[in-house]
Amino acid sequence: MITPRYTREIPQRYHLEAGKCTECNFIAFPPRLICPECGSREFEQISLSPSGKIVTYTVVCVAAEEFSTETPLPIAIIETDEGARLTAQVVDCDPEEVEIGKRVRLIFRCIQKEGLAGIRQYGYKAVLEG
Amino acid sequence: MREVAIVGVGMTRFGELWESPLRNMFTEAALTAIDDAGVDHIDSMYVGAMSSGLFVHQEHIASLLADYLGVAGIPSTRVESACASGGLAVRQAVIEVGAGVSDIVLAGGVEKMTDGVDAIDALATAADQEYEAFHGITFPGLYAFIANAHMHRYGTTREQLADVAVKNHDHGSLNPKAQFPFKITREAVMNSTMVAWPLRLLDCSPVTDGAAAVIVTSMDVAEKLGRPIVKVLASGHATDGLALHSRTDPTTIPAVGRAAEIAFKQAGLTPEKIELAEVHDCFTIAELVVTEELGFVERGRSGEAVSSGETRLGGRIPVNTSGGLKAKGHPVGASGVAQIIEVVEQLRGSAGDRQVEGARIGLTQNMGGSGASCVVHILEGVS
Repeated sequence: MITPRYTREIPQRYHLEAGKCTECNFIAFPPRLICPECGSREFEQISLSPSGKIVTYTVVCVAAEEFSTETPLPIAIIETDEGARLTAQVVDCDPEEVEIGKRVRLIFRCIQKEGLAGIRQYGYKAVLEG
Repeated sequence: MREVAIVGVGMTRFGELWESPLRNMFTEAALTAIDDAGVDHIDSMYVGAMSSGLFVHQEHIASLLADYLGVAGIPSTRVESACASGGLAVRQAVIEVGAGVSDIVLAGGVEKMTDGVDAIDALATAADQEYEAFHGITFPGLYAFIANAHMHRYGTTREQLADVAVKNHDHGSLNPKAQFPFKITREAVMNSTMVAWPLRLLDCSPVTDGAAAVIVTSMDVAEKLGRPIVKVLASGHATDGLALHSRTDPTTIPAVGRAAEIAFKQAGLTPEKIELAEVHDCFTIAELVVTEELGFVERGRSGEAVSSGETRLGGRIPVNTSGGLKAKGHPVGASGVAQIIEVVEQLRGSAGDRQVEGARIGLTQNMGGSGASCVVHILEGVS
């Protein structure tokens, strides 16, 4: 049953909700109960900025079944302007345009369809800026 | 901790072993190791397996395999740390014997990967399901992240990546147990099917069936057996965040450096003293970064080192004389144990055409996922 598992992740996938450590400003995405940097257990809830840059990337050509019709599929590690990092697809571009250091914006998109019923699962993807 | 030795080794051939079920593969390797050691019993056993549940829909295999080995009744424990499960099983045996809890322990690893399950999907469970795999990244894709970052930062080339596969196939062509005991060319690697930019099919270790086992004993027991003794000088283990994106620098695999630092300290050695190493070349870029983390080559210079032959048989520090995961095969739970076996064979002087002449000290490095777990062992031949 996917529904509870999916629903739990909605704050992160839809709104980029993260925890900011009130002691050392470490940003936990997804939120954590204890800061891996300083051990504090106090966090302020924030939403990550949807803009950032590509730290590294690849273009997946042999994908898992859910993504097999979407290859070649560019995917990148993105650092948001606050310094949080996440993995996201880079879409609406030629794979050749994806490069380390390029600026991106995170947008809300359908990520995959789950199971035989094809239940849509949404979240963030990146588009190149400029 | 008291001193610990490895006195027996055994493994199946690695490959697509359609005729062999998981339980028989493991039992074959374990019996070979027991016979090789000449022990008349084992006190306990550890089984490294990444995902028998997904690959063959069978959990609880520690007890299953103790039963089929004919030793039902003894303590038997499954160890899981993705592709580092085998190395970690050996470490548990070393700790148990070192602590004096047992005198003779079998440490094995097994994976049955070709029974029809989607291996991409099963292996992806070693990554963060909600924040990596959900977005479509695969394991080759994660290592491709590392490769692109390394190429961007240090100018590592596509040809240098290919040379890792060429070298390991050269070595594997000398190993009768290897899944792919033949040579390949740089051109073949660079023209093979693209999997995840810049990694191609021949940059990737294969899907493999296989099992491997070793017998770990106290030095007292080892000396009485009268067989060649390989002493365990050190066992280092470290972890890191599961998600690659959570690491500060994607050109590094810090858990490898940490596990190595612990191991070198325990052994009282420096990287220069290591005469050969089996490392976790699940992808060509992995071997490059690992040789940097282990201190065999300067950071950023690993590509140059492989292309100039420094890490080949006959070179300054031969890496993956067995053929590595690339050519020997990568039955994930068994790979870490098979690495130990190759180094034991080398230190015994029984590695045949792959022998590093006069080798006395060797190292193994086994890791899980994109480097969220790593086990490093340092071994010394004493007889």
